[in-house]
Amino acid sequence: MRAVDAVMECLKAEGVDVVFGLPGGANLPTYDAFVDAGIRHILVRHEAGGGHAAEGYAKATGRVGVSLATSGPGATNLITPITDAMMDSVPVVFITGQVRTDLLGTDGFQEADTIGITMPVVKHSFMIQHPSEIPRAIHEAFHIARTGRPGPVIVDIPTDLSRAEIDYEPVTDVRLPGYQPTTEGNQKQIRQAAKALASARRPVIYAGGGVINANAAAELTEFARSDRFPVTCTLMGLGGFPAPDPQWLGMLGMHGTRTANYAMDEADLICAVGARFDDRITGKLSEFAPRAKFIHIDVDPAEISKNVPAHIPIVGDARHVLAKLLIEYRALSADPTRLEDWWARIHGWQEKHPLGYEDSADGEIKPQYMIQAVYEASGGKAIVTSDVGQHQMWAAQYYDFAKPRQWINSGGLGTMGFGLPAAMGAAVGCPDQLVICIAGDGSVQMNAQELATCAQEKIPVKVLIMNNGYLGMVRQWQELFWDKRYSHVDMGEFPDFVKLAEAYGATGLRLHDKRTLVSDLREALAIDGPVVVDVRVTREENTYPMIPAGQAAREMVG
Amino acid sequence: MGEPGTKEPLSLEDLEAVAGLRTGRKHVLSILVENKPGVLSRIAGLFARRGFNIDTLTVGPTNDEAISRVTLTVDGALHPIDQVTKQLHKLINVLKIRDLEPGDTVARELALFKVAVDGGQRGELMQIAEIFRGKIVDVTKRAVIVEVTGTTEKIEAFEGMVRPFGLIEMMRTGEIAISRGRGET
Repeated sequence: MRAVDAVMECLKAEGVDVVFGLPGGANLPTYDAFVDAGIRHILVRHEAGGGHAAEGYAKATGRVGVSLATSGPGATNLITPITDAMMDSVPVVFITGQVRTDLLGTDGFQEADTIGITMPVVKHSFMIQHPSEIPRAIHEAFHIARTGRPGPVIVDIPTDLSRAEIDYEPVTDVRLPGYQPTTEGNQKQIRQAAKALASARRPVIYAGGGVINANAAAELTEFARSDRFPVTCTLMGLGGFPAPDPQWLGMLGMHGTRTANYAMDEADLICAVGARFDDRITGKLSEFAPRAKFIHIDVDPAEISKNVPAHIPIVGDARHVLAKLLIEYRALSADPTRLEDWWARIHGWQEKHPLGYEDSADGEIKPQYMIQAVYEASGGKAIVTSDVGQHQMWAAQYYDFAKPRQWINSGGLGTMGFGLPAAMGAAVGCPDQLVICIAGDGSVQMNAQELATCAQEKIPVKVLIMNNGYLGMVRQWQELFWDKRYSHVDMGEFPDFVKLAEAYGATGLRLHDKRTLVSDLREALAIDGPVVVDVRVTREENTYPMIPAGQAAREMVG
Repeated sequence: MGEPGTKEPLSLEDLEAVAGLRTGRKHVLSILVENKPGVLSRIAGLFARRGFNIDTLTVGPTNDEAISRVTLTVDGALHPIDQVTKQLHKLINVLKIRDLEPGDTVARELALFKVAVDGGQRGELMQIAEIFRGKIVDVTKRAVIVEVTGTTEKIEAFEGMVRPFGLIEMMRTGEIAISRGRGET
């Protein structure tokens, strides 16, 4: 059988039901194999769209996403999604075409050193040198992508090798002696953590994207409720604990709630679960949670004590570790009344500093209100993707995510243009669910071409553009930190998003009246097929509260 | 580097130590890797990204042809070395890493010195080479090549001795290192 036909067999054996890709010269053999393979292939309009779609699919379903591209520019167009998947630990396998082996290193047409270029931003990569290696490489790629700390894996296949004949035998094992992720967690350390939690008087659980990746939301919730532990999540962890909830403090970090940030500041014990103490969380490192000791649970040992020293490090998968921690903690029968003073303090902050904004007196749509209206119109049940910027932060603040995998965004890399293709992937992976992309008018243009894919494939994403005619977050920073010297942030009323949507074969709508916004959105969400809604919001609204970059939580403004 | 999850907490000063800050403490990392293309790039890339300068680097086969050993020496503050070691562990093709303690390690390096000497000085140079257990491996009218094996300190000492003769060039392999005692490195 041809090696490419073996690739198809491997994909089927891995349970792949859909791939996102774009053909070109060097992956023609692969595309020939698709004709008979019986695997759904979605033809994207740009490889970056395909890569982000595979990420959206992976984040929404928990399965490994697959994205294909040809050599050279096809592969280099994947760099952003690959890096994005690395930063946010998203399991995606990228299969790229490569020039013939006799052309390698000769600057052949559409040749790029894909393996070399991507080396710093992949979990692993396979440069195929012999066609017989291909089946094992594909299976090992899937294994590496989805286990341990998930991440992107590339398989780069020269075109002459992909069309070569091989003796295909199904691969049922992986041989990776250098790859054995620790998942169980050291029992002694877990017991120590339980004891520390039982004696803590001002504890906080700080949960990140690792909880989502490990499918540990139920374990996290049960553990938090085994006592009255206050819980905050990072941008990537939203949905890991059901919001709203009496024990929920809101998101923490740069645009988190004051309550969450003040609780971290005053905590005596912080239990970090699948979170990596990013600078958007810690602010000024030397003043971060100065009174706290740290329990750090992470599947990646390299995250432990990377930014903040852990007193009780636990290397393991969040689901396993939390389940064991619950048992250990229950055995201690801690006195829940010890947390009463702490909760009184937290309730004080919640009353004094609720999330809020000044609403308009007329029909003007405040961006925060737009998110609340989307929440209401979707019953709080949609899968929501976002781009990067103000709209992303408002969506994180005002759409209460009750379930894991309901909130899909680009956190680590902060990739504008992520939202629309990610929504497309999520909708393909979860066809029974409403998928909404909350986009910025700046961001959405970076991958707007995928509207054509959505129209052609009848992928019913609802793209709600929060349109303020600005690169809003940059404008906000120029206003606050650069004396309002606005430099190249005004995008005007270009393009006409309604016409753009129609040109791509989607439905286009424009909304600008707050008074009918909820019902208008409800109607828009009910329209079949892809829909683009251009929602005109207040132009110069700022995202608050905010910890200015590099400052301490105490110095929150707004 | 010990088992993950058992380490003493680091102080904030350790954490804030700037990567690449030279402390004078030399680390000899002995890394067992799968003998596959690109492995060296992956390892070197991890160091480069953190601003580390690799002082010496040797790669060679082991008694198992599927496995190679990379020995590299690097100078750095404790925490960044610890970070880079953890990152190295994450490379799929890396099997084992040891940060060798100088006291428990035998380390050797080979160097070739091409020295400008004519008939008058040749005898003196040969005497020095003998003291250092060096070998004369090539002699021409106007130059001698000396081979010296030993610790980095010995080779540097020899370099100091022959420099006044007129050192044309010097080549060094970088250290290889093996742990003392019965156990495997």
